[in-house]
Amino acid sequence: MDSRHRELEPGLFEPVEVDRDEGERISGPRVGFWKDSWIRLKKNRGALFSLAVVLFLFAMAFVIDPLLSPHSPYAQDLARRYLGPTADYWFGTDKFGRDMWTRVWAGTRVSLYIGLLAALLDIFVGVVYGAISGFLGGRIDDVMQRGIEILNGIPYLIVAILAMIVFDPGIITISIAIGLTGWTFMARIVRGRMLQLKDQEFALASRALGASGFRLVWKHLIPNSLGLIVINLMFTIPAAIFAEAFLSFIGLGIQVPEASLGSLISDGAQELRFHPFLLWFPSIIFCLLMICFNLLGDGLRDALDPKMRK
Amino acid sequence: MTEGNGRPLLEINNLKKYFRVGRETLKAVDGISLKINRGETLGLVGESGCGKTTAGRVLVRLYEPSGGEVLFGGKNVHRTAGEEAKLLNRKMQMIFQDPQASLNPRMIVGDIVAEGLDIHGLVSSRQERLERVHELLEVVGLNKDHANRYPHEFSGGQRQRIGIARALAVYPEFIICDEPVSALDVSIRAQVINLMRRLQEERGLTYLFISHDLSVVKYISDRVGVMYLGKIVELASSDELYNNPVHPYTQALLSAVPVPDPDVEQERERIVLEGEVPSPVNPPSGCRFRTRCPYVTEACGREEPVWRDVGNDHWVLACHCIH
Amino acid sequence: MSVDSILEVKDLRISFSTHAGEVEAVRGVTFDLRNGETLAIVGESGSGKSVTAKSLMRLLPEANTRIKGGEAIFEGQDLLKLSEKRMQGIRGPKIAMVFQDPMTSLDPTMKVGRQITESLTKHLGMSGSCARERAVELLKMVGIPNAEARVRQYPHQFSGGMRQRVVIAIALACDPQILIADEPSTALDVTIQAQILELLRDLQERIGTSIILITHDLGVVAQTARRVAVMYGGKIVETGTVREIFYNPQMPYTWGLLASIPLPTADRSQDLIPIPGSPPDMLEPPKGCPFTPRCPYAMQICAEEMPDYTTFSAEHKAACWLHHPMAPDVEPPVRVRGTQ
Repeated sequence: MDSRHRELEPGLFEPVEVDRDEGERISGPRVGFWKDSWIRLKKNRGALFSLAVVLFLFAMAFVIDPLLSPHSPYAQDLARRYLGPTADYWFGTDKFGRDMWTRVWAGTRVSLYIGLLAALLDIFVGVVYGAISGFLGGRIDDVMQRGIEILNGIPYLIVAILAMIVFDPGIITISIAIGLTGWTFMARIVRGRMLQLKDQEFALASRALGASGFRLVWKHLIPNSLGLIVINLMFTIPAAIFAEAFLSFIGLGIQVPEASLGSLISDGAQELRFHPFLLWFPSIIFCLLMICFNLLGDGLRDALDPKMRK
Repeated sequence: MTEGNGRPLLEINNLKKYFRVGRETLKAVDGISLKINRGETLGLVGESGCGKTTAGRVLVRLYEPSGGEVLFGGKNVHRTAGEEAKLLNRKMQMIFQDPQASLNPRMIVGDIVAEGLDIHGLVSSRQERLERVHELLEVVGLNKDHANRYPHEFSGGQRQRIGIARALAVYPEFIICDEPVSALDVSIRAQVINLMRRLQEERGLTYLFISHDLSVVKYISDRVGVMYLGKIVELASSDELYNNPVHPYTQALLSAVPVPDPDVEQERERIVLEGEVPSPVNPPSGCRFRTRCPYVTEACGREEPVWRDVGNDHWVLACHCIH
Repeated sequence: MSVDSILEVKDLRISFSTHAGEVEAVRGVTFDLRNGETLAIVGESGSGKSVTAKSLMRLLPEANTRIKGGEAIFEGQDLLKLSEKRMQGIRGPKIAMVFQDPMTSLDPTMKVGRQITESLTKHLGMSGSCARERAVELLKMVGIPNAEARVRQYPHQFSGGMRQRVVIAIALACDPQILIADEPSTALDVTIQAQILELLRDLQERIGTSIILITHDLGVVAQTARRVAVMYGGKIVETGTVREIFYNPQMPYTWGLLASIPLPTADRSQDLIPIPGSPPDMLEPPKGCPFTPRCPYAMQICAEEMPDYTTFSAEHKAACWLHHPMAPDVEPPVRVRGTQ
């Protein structure tokens, strides 16, 4: 009530020209979806650390080790068997005197290769299959989904064994075993998203404008599924790495003298009693890979989740 | 107000749209007939489940009809293909209800508005495209520099205007407006309604205005059709419908709308309907409204009501009690 | 504040911390609720009306909500300062809330009857059989036909309108003194809305519950409220009896609201008078009156300072610089000119 009796300058009661455009102006920088997600991801320290570790492991396996390592992963030196970590051999040597450092990184290369293969299959087979199935719907969708169910019904172990009979055990076998069925999960996810999105009003608006099916999928539906796809990829990779490790561990995968993290762990496990370091090093790298990809996947899921925007 | 050759712009004849739900059939639209003249605004009003949204989507060819036909300028819209079909995409456009979901969250506004231009090849250079986008944004009351922003940066009212700009880009003649202002704040609704009226005047547009909000429909429409359970139960000019509702459902609907005038509200005799809307999967036999009609008799279950002219270009799906 | 008030809210201030900054949702709200009346809080999205209501029930997410000030006195206690345990004794038996969306207000895995009896056995200590009887009674009271059978059904077996009635039954189970209804009929069809509003009026007459009705629909306000508080930008800009607000509004935002609604009797050739612009961004709340950017009568001082309330009658107050003796005289828009 005070202001009624307060002495106020008459100038204060002049009308103000209000800029109508001002009301429509949007302040602040343009924030795209990916930039916004990256900002959120950066805040998640676990995810950021995992990303750094993953990148580091990639660099080590594919760049640094091949360039720098003085030893070959196959060179045997029976005089220097079972050496613990030394200056010459950072991870020690195995029962044939082979340098563990190089072998571990060779094994990591194999694991990462499998992970990448699974990821590529996910994208080129899984996404495409799921997108077609979900978008077309109806009878085609039914048939395609039954196809996936049949594929899923076959345990990949059986496929691996069959592949081993036809081809020799090795990288080819594993690739087939994992590649044949690994992409089905992504296909299902993408299909679900397509079903969800294709009835949304922005998709209907596009159709009303006369957009072709291809345009709809490529410009509207897939871009809105990218978050889901990326997140899923981050979980597919460790799953594939684990599958390979398991196959190699039980002897169906990589055979000597090739190395994979799984076979190294398998060999190391046998020597656990007297030469535990043979188990530690490949195990640590393997666990790092698994944990970091999973943490990264979790972080990405939080960062990309549209519900948490604004 | 009809086309050159004397036909209305849009003719809907006994249109039906059924959906299969499990083993049952959902009769969303069960035989509606309308004529819409060039330049007019026809309002289609009804509550949830009446089929008005489905009807709109069949018109713009998002759904195929289960029966009946839709003629635009004399041609059956669902029997066209190729170039003709593409042309129809330009002539008949749609504005959607949900400002959140009707714009692709991953596209910038400029691309959203220009989509029609891209699809139909209406511009020949990037420069032209940009100019046209700016022009459209300004027509709907937004700024040029909004073209580089993402939808989530805008308010509901602004997003709805972007949707209007998108529809206008292809030079439409007929726009179906599916609840365009229902999701907006009260003070923003008037902005969008005024914009739509202005555009209609300036560009000679024809509107089908679908809504459950009677006050808005009455205000913006020349004629109004009331839908219930997939059928049109009454059709008359805006004023005539309000002043002289004949069908008991229309009467109840008008009675149910709260008027922002306390004295009027206190005095009013209210018709409060009993019960709920029956499911469109199994509509009641005979007259569909009989489960809630205050005048129901035994005959209502047997006799189908008949579409009758009660004078003054006022049509009602009339039963025995209407004379 | 009259002797008859059962709830007195004074200078309520609530903020949310978001990753973009602090959002001041409620910036000094004062009102009271009288015994047995319906008070309508009207506002649009962002006005702070829902936040105000939820804060009375302390239902706002703890993690990022800050009650920066004010009090809400009910039965001699400040609701804002009670412990969670004490609040649990109030929510339900003393103050109950009905939300907008009946689909999500009910537990889909629990039979409807059990959702009612839960409240009765917990708060009133009723025995199982007594509670069951009362549940059936309540369903009848809210107009659900065949209550004895329906009490054993699940929420998905009810339609939208029926579900909202069930929600009202649960809310009224323990005879609360205050019912807060946040947009109770907005999500419902108009004919069902009429049923629900009639039900609320009917129940108020019979039981005498005081109701705070939150809505953006002025028609609903005219139909059900005795007094009205108009909120904008986190503040109450005008308050009065329902006739005073509709027939003699004193604040440009209220004028704007009334002028922009298409009345059924409106002249179709006249354009509606919209309020230009959009509701304010509460991340950076304006210094002065929040309505300034959209007000056709805005003056310099409006942007600088928040006006005090001017009293027009026992119930009628408005906060606007136009009422200062030094301000120019203005006429409200034609559509709004009242009878008083």
